[in-house]
Amino acid sequence: MSAAIQKMEGCGEIAVLRLTVANHPGVMSHVIGLFSRRRFNVDVILCTPERDPNLSRIWISVHECGRLDHIVRQIEKLADVREVRRLAGAGAFLRGVERLRQELACGE
Amino acid sequence: MNSVCGRRRQPEDKMKITGADLIVALLERQGIEIIPGIPGGASLPLYDALAKSSKIRHVLARHEQGAGFMAQGMARATGKPQVCFATSGPGATNVVTAIADAKLDSIPLVCITGQVPTSLLGTDAFQEIDTYGLSIPITKHNYLVRKAEELLEVIPEAFSIAASGRPGPVLVDVPKDVQLEEIEIDEMPCPGCAAPPIEAPGEQMRAAAEMICGSRRPILYVGGGISASGAAADMLALAEKASIPIAPTLMGLDSVPSGHPLLLGMLGMHGARFTNHALAECDLLIAVGVRFDDRATGKAETFCPDARILHIDIDPSEIEKIKPASLGIASDAGAALRAILPMVSSGGREGWLARIAQLRAEFPLELPGVGDAGTAYGIIRRAGAILPPDAILTTDVGQHQMKVAQAFPFRQPRTWLTSGGLGTMGFGLPAAIGAALASPGRPVVCFSGDGSFLMNVQELATLAEEELDVKIVLLDNRSLGLVHQQQDLFYGGRFFAVHYPKPVDFAGVAECFGVPSTRLGEAADPADELGRALREPGPRLIHAPVDVCDKVFPMVPPGGANTNMLTGVGR
Repeated sequence: MSAAIQKMEGCGEIAVLRLTVANHPGVMSHVIGLFSRRRFNVDVILCTPERDPNLSRIWISVHECGRLDHIVRQIEKLADVREVRRLAGAGAFLRGVERLRQELACGE
Repeated sequence: MNSVCGRRRQPEDKMKITGADLIVALLERQGIEIIPGIPGGASLPLYDALAKSSKIRHVLARHEQGAGFMAQGMARATGKPQVCFATSGPGATNVVTAIADAKLDSIPLVCITGQVPTSLLGTDAFQEIDTYGLSIPITKHNYLVRKAEELLEVIPEAFSIAASGRPGPVLVDVPKDVQLEEIEIDEMPCPGCAAPPIEAPGEQMRAAAEMICGSRRPILYVGGGISASGAAADMLALAEKASIPIAPTLMGLDSVPSGHPLLLGMLGMHGARFTNHALAECDLLIAVGVRFDDRATGKAETFCPDARILHIDIDPSEIEKIKPASLGIASDAGAALRAILPMVSSGGREGWLARIAQLRAEFPLELPGVGDAGTAYGIIRRAGAILPPDAILTTDVGQHQMKVAQAFPFRQPRTWLTSGGLGTMGFGLPAAIGAALASPGRPVVCFSGDGSFLMNVQELATLAEEELDVKIVLLDNRSLGLVHQQQDLFYGGRFFAVHYPKPVDFAGVAECFGVPSTRLGEAADPADELGRALREPGPRLIHAPVDVCDKVFPMVPPGGANTNMLTGVGR
């Protein structure tokens, strides 16, 4: 596990959210724009396709900073967001991301 | 929204229709009767389609921001989503301010913009701008329509989103080729309408009622959500039954009739001193349809320091955004108030009402010059005495706006249209035009200042053309008054970039546009002249010179606690 991720886990404030969203070209702008203008800190963001071509998944790890409830409520207001889930075990997700990052780095 | 209305057509009678005709047909089905806008290259097909409509009248604005604010004026006066049109590029950027204004004040608006053809998207084509990207942060939702058939879903959905829950603006960007695309459709979709209001569970209502019953010094803090929910009568019923004083925000002023014994007047930065002191002493803050805006609360940590907070709002993300709530209820304001009403005990609280009366006597709202029609307060009060209760008021932004908020006798919901959240100078005139378009037969008065008025002065041409019953009362201090006031109070009196040394003949400007005018500064009896001018039918600009040294007091210094108010005494 990288030092960066250990550090993130160490601060104990990382939460991972899984968003199910309408799949169209503007949806990422909506989600990212919300995070930046509401001053929510994003560490990792990952977008994956769903079996249903009308849907996508967005995985986001955020610094909670006592504001996770508020963040979730703001995301739920986006018309393109169908569901927001808080994933337990941020560590497992972050380790998965780290493995993926290393594999991609090897391919370069 | 996928349901289908009307007669199911047989396969052989499929209807051929272009995207532009489809938009107009869908807007007609939404009940839209007036659309302000300005055409341009990328919206030519849309305008060609609109020209054929017998149900929708187009009002040609002189600037897209004016068109946006006219639609807002219609929406604020009626509570229903209204539409404006703009073309691509500069048309879209011009309308952005009016959309952002609607977002911050939760006004239902559907803005339809033309866009360059899809084949040119992303090429920096003539009058191309990323309208979709530009409008994300200032809309409740937005669309870039890529195929004409999407319109069948997008247009009704746009209206549904604009009107549902906490209302807001929706933008629909339609490339020119999508407007021209001909498609075959079987039937028209149902018009989009507001989703049923959110209601909270009964146990939350019981808990709320218990909080109210258990409080000795409650205050109702009410805002734009009351109007949006049509809940003014429900709110007054609760206040009257349980003897709860009411402190409205700027956006909530027309929810409480002036002179109501429980009305404390506007709270916050320019609220009366007794109002802010009363809030500091309350033990329960019943916040309904409000968002704890910094202009209302002052420094949030010092706002109602001893109070438990009961926060009712239709938007769950507003609860606990600024202040922790003892009980947060995500609900339509009217639904919650009606559910709570039968569970609260009536009367009582004589001690609290006596304390309020004492504070009111000790720290009254002072309106210097209110008896003199040569001052802003005097003109506002005089207008209030002359105008009928259903007259609609709009303002621009600045000292005149705050003075109207302090001094005008509001009497009915949806008669007070002001730019609260965004604070947009230039709002008043086009919003008044919109209100007059939507409310024939009712007088509309726009209070403005010389700084604000010039920001959408071009709409005088639209006003003259439409011959609407709109009176503009222009309080002219030849300055940006509220900035002048802050430079004086907080920047050592170092006045910079706030004076207009060369006078503008505003009455002459209006006359040139074809709008008659009245010069109160030259009248032998300004009070009398004001009355005559307001009673004249049709549009009119009433010019009134006022003194820039007449500040708005009290004033909470920005970032300060509401109980530390500056007053005009000794200045």
